[in-house]
Amino acid sequence: MNMIAETKLEPKQVQTMQNSFKMLGRNVTVHYGAKQALFDVNLAIRQNTVTALIGPSGCGKSTFLRCLNRMNDTIDNCRVGGEITLEGQDIYDPSIDVVELRARVGMVFQKPNPFPKSIYENVAYGPRIHGLARSKVDFDQIVETSLIKAGLWNEVKDRLHEAGTGLSGGQQQRLCIARAVAVSPEVILMDEPCSALDPIATAKVEELIHELRSNYTIVIVTHSMQQAARVSQRTAMFHLGQLVEENDTDKIFTNPDESRTQDYIMGRFG
Amino acid sequence: MTSSMLILIVALIGIFAYFAGRIRAAGSNGRTHSRPGYHGAYVALSALIPALALVLVWSIAAPIYINGKVHAALPSDLKSDPAIEALSFNSVVGISRGLETIPASEVAAARSGTKTWNEVLAAGNVPVAGDLRPEIISAAQSMNAMTESSRSTLAAIAVAVSLVGGFLGYRRVSARFRARNLVERVILVGLVLCSSIAILTTIGIVFSMLSEAVRFFAVVPPHQFFFGTVWDPRFAAAGSGGAGGQFGLIPLLAGTLYIAFVAMLFAVPVGLFSAIYMSEYASPKFRALAKPALEVLAGIPTIVYGFFALTAVGPFLRDLSSSLNHLVTGDASNFIQAQSVITAGIVMGIMLIPFVSSLSDDIITQVPRSLRDGSLGLGATRSETIKKVVLPAALPGIVGALLLTASRAVGETMIVVLAAGVAARLQLNPFEPMTTVTVKIVNQLTGDLEFTSPQTLVAFALGITLFAITLMLNIYALYIVRKYREQYE
Amino acid sequence: MSDAILTASVPAVRRDIGLKRRYAAERRFRLYGLAAITIGLVFLALLLTSVVRKGYTAFVQTEISLPVTFSEALVDPTNKRAEDPQILAKGKYDKVIREALAAQLGFDAKDLKSGKAADQLISPSARVELRDMVLADPSLVGKTIDVSLLAEGNIDSANKGQIDLSVPEARRKVKDQQLTWMQQLKDAGKLKFAFNTGLFVNGASSRPEAAGLGVAAIGSAVMMLIVLALSLPIGVAASIYLEEFAPKNKFTDLIEVNINNLAAVPSIVYGLLGLSVFVNFLGMPRSAAVVGGLVLTLMTLPTIIIATRASLKAVPPSIRSAALGLGASKMQMIFHHVLPLAMPGVLTGAIIGLAHALGETAPLLLIGMVAFVANYPVTPMDPSTALPVQIYMWANEAERAFVERTSGAIMVLLVFLILMNLGAVLLRRRFERRW
Repeated sequence: MNMIAETKLEPKQVQTMQNSFKMLGRNVTVHYGAKQALFDVNLAIRQNTVTALIGPSGCGKSTFLRCLNRMNDTIDNCRVGGEITLEGQDIYDPSIDVVELRARVGMVFQKPNPFPKSIYENVAYGPRIHGLARSKVDFDQIVETSLIKAGLWNEVKDRLHEAGTGLSGGQQQRLCIARAVAVSPEVILMDEPCSALDPIATAKVEELIHELRSNYTIVIVTHSMQQAARVSQRTAMFHLGQLVEENDTDKIFTNPDESRTQDYIMGRFG
Repeated sequence: MTSSMLILIVALIGIFAYFAGRIRAAGSNGRTHSRPGYHGAYVALSALIPALALVLVWSIAAPIYINGKVHAALPSDLKSDPAIEALSFNSVVGISRGLETIPASEVAAARSGTKTWNEVLAAGNVPVAGDLRPEIISAAQSMNAMTESSRSTLAAIAVAVSLVGGFLGYRRVSARFRARNLVERVILVGLVLCSSIAILTTIGIVFSMLSEAVRFFAVVPPHQFFFGTVWDPRFAAAGSGGAGGQFGLIPLLAGTLYIAFVAMLFAVPVGLFSAIYMSEYASPKFRALAKPALEVLAGIPTIVYGFFALTAVGPFLRDLSSSLNHLVTGDASNFIQAQSVITAGIVMGIMLIPFVSSLSDDIITQVPRSLRDGSLGLGATRSETIKKVVLPAALPGIVGALLLTASRAVGETMIVVLAAGVAARLQLNPFEPMTTVTVKIVNQLTGDLEFTSPQTLVAFALGITLFAITLMLNIYALYIVRKYREQYE
Repeated sequence: MSDAILTASVPAVRRDIGLKRRYAAERRFRLYGLAAITIGLVFLALLLTSVVRKGYTAFVQTEISLPVTFSEALVDPTNKRAEDPQILAKGKYDKVIREALAAQLGFDAKDLKSGKAADQLISPSARVELRDMVLADPSLVGKTIDVSLLAEGNIDSANKGQIDLSVPEARRKVKDQQLTWMQQLKDAGKLKFAFNTGLFVNGASSRPEAAGLGVAAIGSAVMMLIVLALSLPIGVAASIYLEEFAPKNKFTDLIEVNINNLAAVPSIVYGLLGLSVFVNFLGMPRSAAVVGGLVLTLMTLPTIIIATRASLKAVPPSIRSAALGLGASKMQMIFHHVLPLAMPGVLTGAIIGLAHALGETAPLLLIGMVAFVANYPVTPMDPSTALPVQIYMWANEAERAFVERTSGAIMVLLVFLILMNLGAVLLRRRFERRW
């Protein structure tokens, strides 16, 4: 109740927001030990939309992203405050199961991190642990559709049982996306997915993000403003642990409300 | 002059040379290239190194030369049989040592014939065989004379070399002289020599054991040793020469591997699960307490484990089996012996727990975080992540760690000496005693030794077998672990 | 936020991803890990309590104090001690003791049966003790003085309650008559416990009550000094060369593998090396502390080299550049800056290596240190023994009293090891640097 009072939202407004937004962060704070990394961030993630988080390095955008599926839990001495909801449900509520949450909110990491297993096993890993498929045929089906969705099928269909670590960097990252897609999450979080890739591979991944948008809600952290402009519909600008502004991508890149955003986009800092 | 006196004198010359060089450098005009201390050290080194090298070479070479002379001087009838020759030479050496402790008046009395040599030597606590031949006495006396003259010659030459070296070094000291570079080069040579000791140790191990083992294989054919299934060395009386026993390696090797297997069966699950818990679950506080506590097990000497097995575990298992038997059949006889494969195996397993756990802990923590994140990010639980991602990724490293542990188990001595038994039997019941390679090495080499009998030499054949087994395990394990490390660096 | 909103927004259909089963597996897995650690720690506790429970009694010893009369008739029947003091060594000290016991316990000293039974109250080592007293001070002859004598091992065990008195007398080491006497002596305040100094100063003895660790401790101390004096400088020198100077090539690779392998070679192999090279080839005496020290040095070197190289590696390159930048030679940089900074790590490694060497038994058995050594070694070339070897020899003795001694000796050894390791830990704490 307090929080709502502070943000001056009427209960009615909250309800409308939670119905139209896939995820909603309110007054999110993060501490690493004594150091505060995020200050009262309020951000809504819309359904079937690509939301880009931009800002200079160390601004807290990755930290916020990792809060969305509680990957911060794996870091010792990290404390998260405020509230983050997924379809209206507080994901930090004790009744919420983190495993189930991560099955709904998948994640793709900065550096491609395929498991030291075959391509097939990498993709089948999620469905296998969650028991999403029973028969070999089901698994084959999931692996194939996931790889098709990730645009990798044609490149690897003849060598599904070779090691995933043997692929090129861009292919590895698309494999990681396929791996995330295979669990059929509702939201996919991407933490600078192209920072380790060359321009051609980057283009492929961006194209893929574009296609995934119709079925998934995507949040992407990126260092490159061009990329944010190319792939996202909404953009949130972070600076020094604070959310500076959040708006339609076109608006942010053409006519931002905040001078700090403008400075950043113009390359005055970052 | 004794050699320690000589070394002391040379050392004094060295100290003197150091200060002389230092003062000369400090007094020279202009800015010296090196600090005076380096000049001093250079002069000292030029006084010491040639002289000490000479002392070293001389003290190795002179005895060889003198022994050769003594051998040559022995009467021909004593040289007909190598055994008799060796025996006579030993008595020459014994008497020559004795002569140095016997007072001169006694020696004179023996020489003049007022006393017999036997009397004199016996009074001087020198063991002598019944009939003492005069040739032996004279050989001993000439040996002493040669040793004495060799010593004084060495002393004179060494002191001279040291003085000359010091003087030449002193003359070179000047402002532009690069004493530091030379001194540092000498230090570098010293460092190289020190690191070659590691290589020398391995060479020493291989050659010493090989040479003795070759002597063993001259008496016992290798195939009888390596493929023999009966171990019955039958301690032959000293000097009887013949092999007179069977030296089959197989029962010992079987016991060694069986006990090591039981130990690993116990240590691997416990150690591995401890490592997993420590690296993946434990809070930093718990880890800081439990990890050192577990490693205490690695610091306890193996003799203590052996005693624990002998006085606690063995009797416990024996009594347990007897009461179990009583419960089931009503017969209170024990089916587990106090000394048995299982006793030794369990206690060795306890000893190995910290090896397995700390080696695997290191390996597991090297699996990159990104792999864990990848799995957790897909919604896997911790245990699923460990079982399906972390452990498969760490597998090669863990295999290496386990091989290193196995090599320890194979070479472990004190636990099996006290807990496994001495009976070399080829059987499969873990409740019965078996024996190991290391136990037999200890058995064959404690007590009075005779370096010519196969009963003694077999220990070296066993030793080289043990060394070969552990060497292969170690090298392969180190190779795997290294490859594993490089992969994640 | 009100509850109405919450419930309204929860999605109706949720996939079943087997959470219950998976969390059960998670808990089980976690439990295995905790159980494994518990097993390890329980065994540690069992081992230590087993040793302490058996061994703590070794630190006290039953003594019997008696007024002893050194009558001339027994000690010096021919009355020649004025000319030849050595004649006193041949006195009948066993009789002296028997007479003292007869007087104290009130039986006839001529009664052979009682006399024999009474003899077994006192350790045979007491005769030597009395002889040495008289030899040191011949004026004692004819006098009566109060002397504390060691009780015999079985009597000591009985006094400590370690002998099962329900066993029939015929199969018991301590007879009923002796028990009565013990009670009699105890009531008279003549039989009591005293701190067992003999355990720390005596040498080997076939009598458990007179056996001690003194000689073994000296042997161990001498060997540790040799190990420290040789392995620390050689180990540090070798590490400096390998870490700072050696070119990276096949040969240094070989040395690297070789050192790692040497650290894992079974210790008994070093014993064979020592026997064959030092004793057999170089002709050094068997059972000598110097051979033991050399063997343990070779064994400890790899440990020290590995520890030293690790701590040299941990010194940051910036220190090296700073020293070189000021015009120091490479040697100066190493000896003035890098080595002093690495020293805590080096010393920690050395202490741990030394602690290992102190507990090592197998190689010493092979070079003949399993000798029965009753006298203190004077030089490192004299026959000597070591703490762990003494433990091994006592562990092989059959008598009950030796089990207690063995455990006591293990406690002494463990205390030394704990002190050394504690020293290493403190050193690390005190000087640990975070770069």
